[in-house]
Amino acid sequence: MPNGNLANAFSAESVLLQRTATSWREAISLAGSGLVAAGVATDAYTQAMIDVVETNGPYIVIAPGFALAHARPSVEVLRWGMSLVTLVEPVRFGAGANDPVSVVVGLAAVDKQQHIEALQLLAEKLVEPEFVNSLLKLSNFERFEDILAN
Amino acid sequence: MKILAVCGEGIGTSVLLKMNADRVLKRLGIEALVEATDIETANATRDAQIFLTTAGLQDKLVGGAAEIIAIDKVFDLEELSDKLAAAIL
Repeated sequence: MPNGNLANAFSAESVLLQRTATSWREAISLAGSGLVAAGVATDAYTQAMIDVVETNGPYIVIAPGFALAHARPSVEVLRWGMSLVTLVEPVRFGAGANDPVSVVVGLAAVDKQQHIEALQLLAEKLVEPEFVNSLLKLSNFERFEDILAN
Repeated sequence: MKILAVCGEGIGTSVLLKMNADRVLKRLGIEALVEATDIETANATRDAQIFLTTAGLQDKLVGGAAEIIAIDKVFDLEELSDKLAAAIL
């Protein structure tokens, strides 16, 4: 998979829009199912992403309403990639000022390099204050691709 | 000056922290090497002046001589700038 374009990190299978979750675990599970559907990671990686929060707390909630679910590179990651989940109703992670969360990006990495360029492009989007809200309005993958391209 | 951007895994949150810290430090005119890493590696590192992490992880860090800065909103460059400036300048 090429690095250059952020759109390459996601696929129609890994973008789950306007879903329902009743807990942070369900929200991360959705992000994991997107990675599995796209052939990026196995079910065990989903559990690993949940374990990260169980172990170290909700530090993955890094911006208001936004969580970057991820775990360590491992054999459970088949290739690097990202998933996106938007929630109709936000869920609480116990993350203080950044709660509640309505957008979860799942990240799977195979090493410390291959995903960095895409992550950098995502970071450039996330400094835009309206980016998270603009994701909530999305109803199809094509519109998401448009946002990433702009 | 060496700054470690730290998260649980060293591949996601810490990388984003590093990117934004690089941007803010440049704006502040501060020359620093910022490296993204995981908690275990950070706790074994002795030559960093600052550990930069996200709120909730600071209790897992043993900074030693390094000052620990916890960031609430990783993409709030004002918060990052204010906290880095307060620690360095």
